[in-house]
Order: sequence, then structure tokens, then C-alpha cells
Amino acid sequence: MSQKVLLNAKEVNIILHRLACQLIEKHTDFSNTVLIGLQPRGVFLADRLTKILEDHYKVKNIQLGHLDITFYRDDFRRGEKTLEANTTKINFLVEDKNIVFIDDVLHTGRSIRAALTAIQSFGRPNEIELLTLIDRRFSRHLPIQPDYRGRQVDVINNEKVKVNWKENDNEDSVYLIEK
Amino acid sequence: MSELSVNHLLGIKYLKEQDIQLIFETADHFKEVINRPIKKVPSLRDITIANLFFENSTRTKLSFELAEKRLSADVINFSSGQSSVKKGETLIDTVNNILSMKVDMVVMRHPNPGAGVFLSKHINASIINAGDGAHEHPTQALLDSYSIREKLGSVKGKKVVIVGDILHSRVALSNIFALQLQGAQVMVCGPKTLLPKYIDKLGVKVETDLRKALNWCDVANMLRVQNERMDISYFPSTREYTQQFGVNKELLDSLDKEITIMHPGPINRGVEITSDVADSKQSIILDQVQNGVAIRMAAIYLLASKIKQ
Repeated sequence: MSQKVLLNAKEVNIILHRLACQLIEKHTDFSNTVLIGLQPRGVFLADRLTKILEDHYKVKNIQLGHLDITFYRDDFRRGEKTLEANTTKINFLVEDKNIVFIDDVLHTGRSIRAALTAIQSFGRPNEIELLTLIDRRFSRHLPIQPDYRGRQVDVINNEKVKVNWKENDNEDSVYLIEK
Repeated sequence: MSELSVNHLLGIKYLKEQDIQLIFETADHFKEVINRPIKKVPSLRDITIANLFFENSTRTKLSFELAEKRLSADVINFSSGQSSVKKGETLIDTVNNILSMKVDMVVMRHPNPGAGVFLSKHINASIINAGDGAHEHPTQALLDSYSIREKLGSVKGKKVVIVGDILHSRVALSNIFALQLQGAQVMVCGPKTLLPKYIDKLGVKVETDLRKALNWCDVANMLRVQNERMDISYFPSTREYTQQFGVNKELLDSLDKEITIMHPGPINRGVEITSDVADSKQSIILDQVQNGVAIRMAAIYLLASKIKQ
């Protein structure tokens, strides 16, 4: 198994600030916007972006939620293992809100498909956008594209993109891992 | 561990502690789901479940059906009262006929102990025991423990007394197994005639004085006197039973500490428990009912995920 650095801590930081600015450009004061981090790995990115928006750009009262899509996935009973759920934490209604889904890697698009179904349980949003740190090109199974992307990468099938976060993995970095 | 160690939920006896923890963690997520504006997930949309009730039930049947529907499973219902069982059909024949309609899972209540185990050896579907005679009622015990965990933080180390008709109770046996597996201490309390002779061999304390039992415990699980299962008289009168083994407000107020009161239902108000206790803050009876749906969703989800396509 070999691995290659795609982004180091400094590059991740620059990209996060750019993504934060792009969000502000579109959503200004976030008064009708909610950020939804997708479990399990998207929540680190969502939490970090929220912190940058609040600390550096003085955006106040950002509504942040975590959405688990396990029960909405289309591969139930298709794999070897039971799909294990994570916590959903959405303490607000999303009726008429502008939602930004946040995930670390966009690959086949199936998780996003599941998230689009899952979020309907919390109301009918006005619009939904997608932000991802890494966009794997040419790997989509569904017609889904990000509205905000950190870095676009070309990855072949037996390779995996791993995003690490300081909070969980001791460093901010993105690796390309060959299986 | 992310998978149950069993393919059927026939009794707590067959489970490991990790299985119970996995069911509880999954139920936590489903509890959040059933409090959403839209309380349904599509996980089991390609699964069909048959609810076979060879014995009366209101709450358990409704709870299972609701859990199945919240998971988007297709549900068919069967009650022995309206069926060919009355015409002499055997259990295996009845179930095989239903399974030939492509059913993936069977939830069964049956008056005979071991009916679920018997069926699991003869048919090709996942089986959940919803009560077999006086043997086991695993989902009830799971939701009881889950409710204790929710109210008191954990089950481990807690003292639980099960009061009443232990002899005819499947809830008691499943609860004893479940509580012991999670490290709780268990006591049974009731008239001698309603305590099975060798119950102490299960490692439970035995008490016939309700006041002593309540002073010892953190949680009291009050059982109903199952008159329908009694072919002889086990105590002189209902009034005398109530005087000795019924819980009322004065009795609870006279204890040194505040204990939690549970009841698996249906309640005979004024017999084993008075109305003011059943509706008091100490009682978690309605929480048990709500948790029942989440627990059953978790059990069905985890078992269904082991049915391969």
C-alpha cells in the first residue's frame, strides 16, 4: 500500500478559507442558510468551516447540523456488513431554508442522493447546494456535481482519497492511497 | 461489533452483551428518527414481514407493526382467531404457506413455549419471538432495559425487582436474562405460589415482603396477574393480593429513596399498581411504550441486514 500527499496542512487551510469566502459571497449573513455536515466524515469539515466563518469572518448565528444517511442508503443488504448508523443532530426546521450539504469527498454521488432523501424528513427546503473538499472526477454514478469544490482530483478505481483532520487524525492533510 | 451474533431474535438467552449494546445504540438513532416531522426511513422497502399472532395482543402487535412501517417494510398480519389454524392446520404448514408468498421475516406470538425455536429449525426466514407462552418475550425485556438505561444512565450495577406473577410471566424470564447480562442485580418478589420453585438457581434474590424489596431496589417492574393463564387459585382474593403486593403512593412515599416504577402493560389499575403511582413522575410506563417502537425498529433493522439478497 503506497500513499501520496495530495494536500498538506497549509494547502488545506488556504482552501478552507477560500470555501468560506465563497459561501459568504453567496449567502452573505447566513440568515436563511443552514450548513449540514454529512456523517461520518463530512461533519469535521462542516464544524471547521463554521469555526472559520465565525472566528475569521465574524459571521454570527450560523445554524449547523449533522445528518446521518445510513437508513437512506441504496446498498442496504448488499454488502457483507451491517450498515452502522451515526448521530443525526438537526435542532431546527429546514422548511424554506437554503441548505449547504458539506462532505469531505465526492465520489459516486450516492451518499448525496441519500442525503437529498434524508433531509426531506425535516421539511421542504428552498434550495440545496453541495460543498466538497475533494471532487473525484470521472467517478460519478449519478448526475450530481458540487457547487463549491476545494480541489478536483483524478483518481483511478483502486485508489482511495483519505482526508485527515486535526481533531480526529492529528493532522490536516489529504492522501491518495493505493490499495 | 457492528453485527448481531444471531440470525433470529428468539430469546435473550441466545444473545451476547454486545448484541444488546448494538441494539441499544441503533435504537438511539431510531428514537431520533421517530421524533422527526416525517418519521419514516426507506431502509426495508424490499422486505416483507408477517406478524403472526396466535395469541391476543394489542400493544406488542401495534408496536411491531408501527416499527415495521416506519422502516418502510411491507407488512401482513395474521391472527389465529380468524384463520385456518381453527380448521386444524399445523404451525409449520400455516407458516410455510405464508412464506411461499415471499415473506422475509416472521414476528410470532404463540401460546406454546419454544414455538419460535421450533419454527426457526424448519423454515427459511428470520424470526422474532414476540412472546412464546411463559418462556420469553425478548423485545419487551430489551425495551425495559433500554428505558432503565435512559432514566438512570446505565443498567450495570442497578438493583431491579420484578414484582408479581413470576410463574406465568415471559416478561420476567427475559428481563432476568437481559438485566443479568448487563450486570444488574435482580430480585423477584411475589406470593410464594407465583414464584417458580427453583427461580433462585438463576442467580436472582427471592423476597416475599414487598416493602423490603422496594427498600432494596432502584427500579421496580410491576407485573400483571395473568388470570387467563391460571387454572387454579394462586392467592385467596384480588383484594388480598393488592394489600400485600400492590404498589400505592403511601408505600412509595414511606421509602427512604425515590425508586423508578415500570410496568409492561396492560395495567390492572388498582390491583398491582394504583392510578396515582402509574401516572406519577416516578413511573416511566409511557416511556417504555415509546421506546418499544425504537427498540423493535432496531431489532428488525439489524436482523434484516443479515438477510442476504
